[in-house]
Amino acid sequence: MKLRVEGREVFAYTAAHALDAAKPTIVFVHGAGLDHSSFGLQSRYFGYHGRNVLAVDLPGHGRSEGPALPTIGAMADWIAQLLDAVGVAKAGLVGHSMGSLAVLECAARHPERVERVALIATAYPMKVAEAFLDAAKRNDYAAFDMHTIWGHAPQAPLGRDANPGMWMYGDTLARLERLAPGVLYNDLKACNDYAAGAESAAKLRCPVLFVLGGRDVMTPPQAARALTEAIKSKTVIVDLSGHTLMVEAPDATLDALVEFFRDAEKPDRPAR
Amino acid sequence: MAAPKYPGFDTLALHAGQSPDPATGSRAVPVYQTTSYVFRDSEHAASLFNMERAGHVYSRISNPTVAVLEERVAALEGGVGAIAAASGQAALHLAVATLMGAGEHIVASNSLYGGSHNLLGYTLKRFGIETTFVSPRDPENFRKAIRPNTRLLFGETLGNPGLDVLDIPAVAAIAHAAKVPLLVDATFTTPYLMRPFELGADLLYHSATKFLGGHGVAIGGVLVDSGRFDWEASGKFATLTAPYEGFHGMDFEEESGTRAFLLRARREGLRDFGACMAPMTAFHILQGIETLHLRMPRHVENTRKVVQFLCSHPGVDKVFYPELPDHPDHALARKLLPRGCGAVFPFELKGGREAGRKFIEALRVFSHLANVGDAKSLVIHPATTTHYRMSDADLAKSGITAGTVRLSIGLEDSADLIEDLERALKAAAR
Repeated sequence: MKLRVEGREVFAYTAAHALDAAKPTIVFVHGAGLDHSSFGLQSRYFGYHGRNVLAVDLPGHGRSEGPALPTIGAMADWIAQLLDAVGVAKAGLVGHSMGSLAVLECAARHPERVERVALIATAYPMKVAEAFLDAAKRNDYAAFDMHTIWGHAPQAPLGRDANPGMWMYGDTLARLERLAPGVLYNDLKACNDYAAGAESAAKLRCPVLFVLGGRDVMTPPQAARALTEAIKSKTVIVDLSGHTLMVEAPDATLDALVEFFRDAEKPDRPAR
Repeated sequence: MAAPKYPGFDTLALHAGQSPDPATGSRAVPVYQTTSYVFRDSEHAASLFNMERAGHVYSRISNPTVAVLEERVAALEGGVGAIAAASGQAALHLAVATLMGAGEHIVASNSLYGGSHNLLGYTLKRFGIETTFVSPRDPENFRKAIRPNTRLLFGETLGNPGLDVLDIPAVAAIAHAAKVPLLVDATFTTPYLMRPFELGADLLYHSATKFLGGHGVAIGGVLVDSGRFDWEASGKFATLTAPYEGFHGMDFEEESGTRAFLLRARREGLRDFGACMAPMTAFHILQGIETLHLRMPRHVENTRKVVQFLCSHPGVDKVFYPELPDHPDHALARKLLPRGCGAVFPFELKGGREAGRKFIEALRVFSHLANVGDAKSLVIHPATTTHYRMSDADLAKSGITAGTVRLSIGLEDSADLIEDLERALKAAAR
C-alpha cells in the first residue's frame, strides 16, 4: 500500500491484504540500503496468518520517497508516525541490522506503541568498518561489494539459496544498484553514529527476541552481547547463517518469529 | 576485516549453487529424481504453496538438482537468479510469455537462429505477438522499429549465420530509452567469453544444449534475469506490476522489484506452460559447466587455427569470423569479445551445392549433424540439408549461399581437424 508519512509518499508491503483494525500488526524494518523485500517470505507468512503486515520501504529506499532519514532516532520516530498514519495504536516490530536499531530505539522512545520487538542480526555499538564507510561516502561500487560479501556467510556464494534458482549475491547487488547516491552512506553512518543503545535497552519492558547468525561477519553474535545482557529476552542463534538471515536461513528465521508471535496465528489463506 | 573478494569464475563454475548434500554428504550434485516432495504437515504444505516458505513442491515448478544449475548459471552471469527450461527455445518462449501478450510487439535482430526466427516470425504471430526484424549492424535500426506497444528488444550475442556481433551497449541504451528490456541469446558466447549484463542487457538465455553442456547428450535452456530492469518505473509490464488473479492477486513487483520477472516466470510460466527441465538433464549440464572455463579457451584456440587454415586455402571463397579484419564487426568484436568470438562460424566453399555435398561426405573427424557447441567438431551444409528446397535466390535472402558450410569446432587435436578439412576440400574440388 502507499500512504503518506510526514507529507512524503511511503510504500509498505501488506501481503495483498487490506489493514484490518481487528488484527494485531507487525511492522518490518529493513537494513541499510535494502527494502521491504528483505522480509519477503516472513512478512508474507504473517500476512496470511492473522496479522496486519507493514513491511516498509524506509524513506529514500525501494518505492518510498526520499530523502533518507539521517539518524536511528529519526527512524524510530518515523515508525511511530507510520503507525499514526495507518491508525494503529500498538504494533510488534521486527528489524534487521540497521532496522533492528531503529525498532529498539522506537520501543524505548514510544513504549506505548510497541507490543514486542524482534531484533535480527543486531549489534551494539554497530560500528561500520572505515573502508566500508569511506567507499559508501564516495559512492564507490566497492561499498556494494563489501555490503554483499560481508552481508552473507562466507559459504553463501558457493552454497545453495533456499529460494530455488536464486543467487543471493546477485540479488543483493541488484537491489543496492537501485539506490540513489548517498543513501547507503546515510544508512551506514546512522548505524555507526548511534550511541543511545545501552540507554534505550535499559528502558525496554516489552518482550524482546534476538535472532543472530552464527556465521555473521558484520554483526557476529558476540557483538550483540551488550544488548542481550541488558535486556530480558530470548536469543536464537542460527549456526550456519550470516548477516542476511531472512534469505540465508528463511525457515529458521521464520520459525523463531512464529514462536515469538505465536499467540496471534490465525490462518486466512485464500482458497487455491 | 579482510578486503572482500568474490569467488573467481572457475570456482563458481565448480561450486556455485551446491554445498555438499546435507542428507548424505554427497560431494557431487545429487540427482533428485523425484516428481514431488513430502510435506512436513498441512501447515507446511500450505506455506510452500503460498510462497511463505522456501522449498520444493513439484518438479515442474522447481527441483533441487535443477536449482543447482539455475543458481550456478545465475552466478556465472552475475544475475539475480535463473530458470532452467526444457530447451533454449522453451527459455525464449518463457521470457516472451512472461513479459507480454496479444497485441504487443518485439523488435528482434534478423540475425537469428532459425528456430527463434520461426517462433517470433510465425508462431507467436498466431498468438497476437508481432515481431519486426531488423539488421543488427546498425543499432539505430532497433530504435526506428520501436512502436508504442513494443515490449522487448532481442538479439543474439553472435548472430546467425554471419556472426554479427550485437552492439549490446548501444542496443541496451535504445531499449532503456524506450522503457523496455533487452534480451539476448548468449548461447554462442557463454559467460566465459562475454557477460552480457555487464554490457547492459537485462535478460539472457542459453541453449544449454550447446557449450554449457558441451557433450551433446542433453537438451536444455536457462533463462537468467539481471534484476536491473525497473518494471514499475517502466509502467509497460502489467504482468509484473498488477495483481495477478492466477496467483492469489499477487503483484510480483511488490513482492520484490529484483525478483519479479523470475517469480512470474516460475509461478506462471513453468506452472502453466510446463516446459521444465528434467533433473537428470540438469545433472548432465552441470557436469559440462564444471569444465566450461577449461573448454572454451581450447574451443577458441582450435577455431583460430582452423580459421587461419581456411583463409589461406584456394578452395575457400570467404571465412566469416569476427576476429578477421575483413569482418564488418571486427572492431566491435575486439571491444566486446576480447577472449574470442566463439567456435561456430560459416565459410563459403567454391563450387556450390555439389562441392558442398562432396566436402561433407569426405570428412572423417567432423560429424555431419544439426547441432553446435559440442566437444566434438561438427559440420553442416545448409544447401543440401536444412535449406535443401531453397533456390540460390532464396538462400541469399537467408544470408547464405549454395557453398555455405557451418563448422562448430571441438576440442580434438587441431592438426587432425585441419587434416580432415584439407582432405575434404580436395575432394570438393574434384
